[in-house]
Amino acid sequence: MYDKGAARGVYIHWSSCFAEFWLVLECTMAKNNSLHPNSNGETDDSPNMLVYRKMEDVIARMQDEKNGIPIRTVKSFLSKIPSVFSGSDIVQWLLKNLCIEDQVEALHLGTLMAAHGYFFPISDHVLTLKDDGTFYRFQTPYFWPSNCWEPENTDYAVYLCKRTMQNKARLELADYEAESLARLQRAFARKWEFIFMQAEAQAKVDKKRDKIERKILDSQERAFWDVHRPVPGCVNTTEVDIKKSSRMKNPQKTRKSVYGLQNDIRSHSPTHTPAPEAKQPTEEELQEQIKFWQAQLDRHRLKMSKVAESLLSYTEQYSDYDPFLCTPDPSNPWISDDTTFWEMEASKEPGQTRVRRWGFGINEVLKDPVGREQFLKFLESEFSSENLRFWLAVQELKKRPIREVPTRVQEIWEEFLASGAPSAINVDSKSYDKTTQNIKDPGRYAFQDAQEHIYKLMKSDSYSRFIRSSAYQELLQAKKKKSKNLF
Amino acid sequence: MGEMEQLRKEAESLKDEITAARKAVQDLTLQDHVAGTAVVGRVQLKTRKTLRGHLSKIYAVHWGDSKLCVSASQDGKLIVWDSYTTNKVHAIPLKSSWVMTCAYAPSGNMVACGGLDNMCSIYNLKGKDGNVKVMRELAAHTGYLSCCRFLNDNEIITSSGDCTCVLWDIETGSQKTVFAGHLGDCMSLGVAPDFNTFISGACDFTAKLWDIRDGQCRQTFGGHESDINAIGFFPNGNAVITGSDDASCKLYDLRSDQELITYQDSGIMCGVTSLAPSLSGRLILAGYDDFNCNIWDSLKAERVGVLSGHDNRVSCIGVTPDGMACCTGSWDSFLKIWN
Repeated sequence: MYDKGAARGVYIHWSSCFAEFWLVLECTMAKNNSLHPNSNGETDDSPNMLVYRKMEDVIARMQDEKNGIPIRTVKSFLSKIPSVFSGSDIVQWLLKNLCIEDQVEALHLGTLMAAHGYFFPISDHVLTLKDDGTFYRFQTPYFWPSNCWEPENTDYAVYLCKRTMQNKARLELADYEAESLARLQRAFARKWEFIFMQAEAQAKVDKKRDKIERKILDSQERAFWDVHRPVPGCVNTTEVDIKKSSRMKNPQKTRKSVYGLQNDIRSHSPTHTPAPEAKQPTEEELQEQIKFWQAQLDRHRLKMSKVAESLLSYTEQYSDYDPFLCTPDPSNPWISDDTTFWEMEASKEPGQTRVRRWGFGINEVLKDPVGREQFLKFLESEFSSENLRFWLAVQELKKRPIREVPTRVQEIWEEFLASGAPSAINVDSKSYDKTTQNIKDPGRYAFQDAQEHIYKLMKSDSYSRFIRSSAYQELLQAKKKKSKNLF
Repeated sequence: MGEMEQLRKEAESLKDEITAARKAVQDLTLQDHVAGTAVVGRVQLKTRKTLRGHLSKIYAVHWGDSKLCVSASQDGKLIVWDSYTTNKVHAIPLKSSWVMTCAYAPSGNMVACGGLDNMCSIYNLKGKDGNVKVMRELAAHTGYLSCCRFLNDNEIITSSGDCTCVLWDIETGSQKTVFAGHLGDCMSLGVAPDFNTFISGACDFTAKLWDIRDGQCRQTFGGHESDINAIGFFPNGNAVITGSDDASCKLYDLRSDQELITYQDSGIMCGVTSLAPSLSGRLILAGYDDFNCNIWDSLKAERVGVLSGHDNRVSCIGVTPDGMACCTGSWDSFLKIWN
C-alpha cells in the first residue's frame, strides 16, 4: 500500500498511512510472539526489539484513558499547545505505577524512553526527561523504533529541505541541522533537483493540514529525526552491537523510506560472515545427544539446601577479604592513595590476615607464593616435601614451551616416580600404570592422574599437619621477632 | 514409527527425566535458606579514576593484576593501562578496527584480541627491543571472535560466532581442541579458578560447562529467554553467573545442576552486557545497555547499588584479582575505576 504508492511515483504524506499501518502492525506482532530460536538458531527479535516491547508495554499503560498520564491542550498567548503533559507528570506516573525506588531511577528510565523516541520534549532536539514543567508529547506508533526504521540520508535531506521552505519560526533549522543540510547538498548534488521536488510536494501537503494537527505531526516527525540523526554529542539509541548486527535477519522488515524515495545508497556497515545454519540433527547426532542426556541423568545432584549453605558460608568466610564489603587493612590504595597494602602483599613477611586465609583451604596456600614457600619449608623440616615438590613441578611443566616438555617429563619421572627415585612419591597403582603409559608419548598432561592423587593426599594429610603446626600458628599469632632499630 | 522419530522421542523423554531429577533435589530454595540473612547494606561506589584515550566505543577490558589492565576499542587500538596512575603503558595499533574482545595473560607477558577478522592475535609485551609486536595470529574460526582467555603463556581459549570454542597452542598456532555443541553464536567464556574447566554462554540461550582436557561438554544450563552475553564463575568455582539480553542475570550451581536464582527487576528493561563478581561473591556487578551498572546481593537477589556515570552503554566490566576495584568500559569511549 505505502510502498506500492512510492513505486507509482505518487507523493503520499507519511501521516496518511497511519490507519493501514496499525492494522499491519497488529498482524505482524501477533505472528512474532516466539522468543525462542528457530531450528536455524535465528530469532525474529533483535535484542533491541526486546527492549522496545517492554517500553511499549509501559507506553500503552501511560496512554491508558483511566490510569495513564492526563494529556491536555495548553493555552499560550494567542495559540494553543495541543496534546501535551509535563516532565513532572511523567516522573510521578513512573514512581506510582512501576516498582521504581526513587526519582533518580524514574528520571533514568524516562530519559531512556525519551532517547528511544517514545515521547519527546516539544521544544528541544535533545531527547531527555526533566522533572519540571517542560512539555512532552507522545510519539505516533508509526515512528516507533520497533518498526525497524533505518531511514536513508536522502530522506533526511528531503526533511531538512522542506523545513527551509516553511515560514514558521518554530521550524527554523538549528545550527547542526543547517550544517547537515549543507553536507547533504554537496553529497547529493546530482540528485538535488529530485530531492527538492519531493520536499516541495511534502510541504504542499503539509500546508493543507489543519493547524493543530500540523503542530502535532511536525513535532512527531522532528522527534523521529532526533532519534535517527541525533544532536551531535547525543547518543544514537538505534545503534546495535556489531556482534548482533551480523546476525540480524529479515532485511525485508527494515523500513528505509520515510518519504517514498528510491534509494541506492548503502549505509556503511562492516562486512560480516553469515551465521552457520544449524541443520536438523542426523541419526548419529541424535545418538550422541541421547548418550549425553543419559550421562546427565546419571550424574549425582547435590541437594539445594547443601549448595545454598556452601554458598552462604563461602561468602561469609571471604567477606572480610572483600574490599567492597570490608575496608581493607591498612587502607584501600585507590581511596587513600597509600600503596602500603600492595607493598605488604609483595613482601615476604605475610600479615596476620593473609596467614589466616591460608587456613581456609589448601588452594589458598597453593595460590599464594609466600604460602607455598612456608608450606614447603614446613614439609622439608619433616622430611616429607616430595609430594608438594612433585605437585609444583607438574604445575610448572604445564606452562613450559612444547619443545622442553619431553625432557622435563623425563626429569620429573626420574626424580619422583622411577624405581629408586630420590624423592619417591606414593601413587595408587592405577595412576602409576596410566602415567607409565603416558610418558612413552610425553605431553603436558602426562602426570595429570598422579597429580590429582597427590593433591588429594596433600589435602587430607600434609595440609592439615601444616595448619596445626607451631610454625603456622606462630605466623598466625604474628609473634613478633626482635624488632629492628630503624634509627 | 521411524528410527529417527523413536530417537527423537527418547531424547525428549530423557530431558523430561532430567528435569524431574533436578526437581527432586530442590528440598529448599536459595531464598528460603538465606531468609534469615540480612541484605548487604547499600553499596555506594565512587569513580576513582577515569581512563581517557580511546577515540571510539570500548568493547572489552581485562585486568592483568591489581593495577594493569588492557582495553580494546573500535578506534582500532589496544591500550594497556597502569590504572592507578592512569598512564598508558602500551598503545597497540590493530590491523582490524572491528575488535570485540581482549585478554591479559596471567603472567603479564602477553595480551590477545580479536573480532570481525575471525582471528585471535597474540601480542608479546616483553619483547627484547621494547616494541610490542604480533606474536601469533590464531586463525581457524569461521565466525567473529567474541571472547578469549589465556590459561597460561602457551594456551588460550577462544569463543566465536561460528558457535564453537577452541583451545589453542600458541607456540604452534594450532587448534588443540574444538568445543562444539552450542546452536548459536558463542558470546562469552569464563575459565574456572582451577583451570580444569571453562564455561561458555551463547545465542542459543544456554550456558555450557566444558572439560578442557577431553573436550567434552559436562553440563548445559538453560532458562534464559534471549542471548547470553556475559558469563563468569562464582569465586568458589562451584557456581556460574550469566547475563542476558532478557535483562536478567542468573546463578546456576554445578553440583545441583540447576538454576538457583534470577537477578531481575521490572524497572530494568535493557540487556546485560557484562558481569563480574566481587572477591567474596556476595556482590555481582553487572553492566547494562541502559548506560548503568547494577550491583546485586548475590544471595538475596536484591539490587544494592548502581554505578551511573557513563554516557552510553556499559560494554564490559572487571574486578581486580585482589578485589580492590572494578573497571567499567563503555561505548562513550571511557573506562572508569570504581570502589
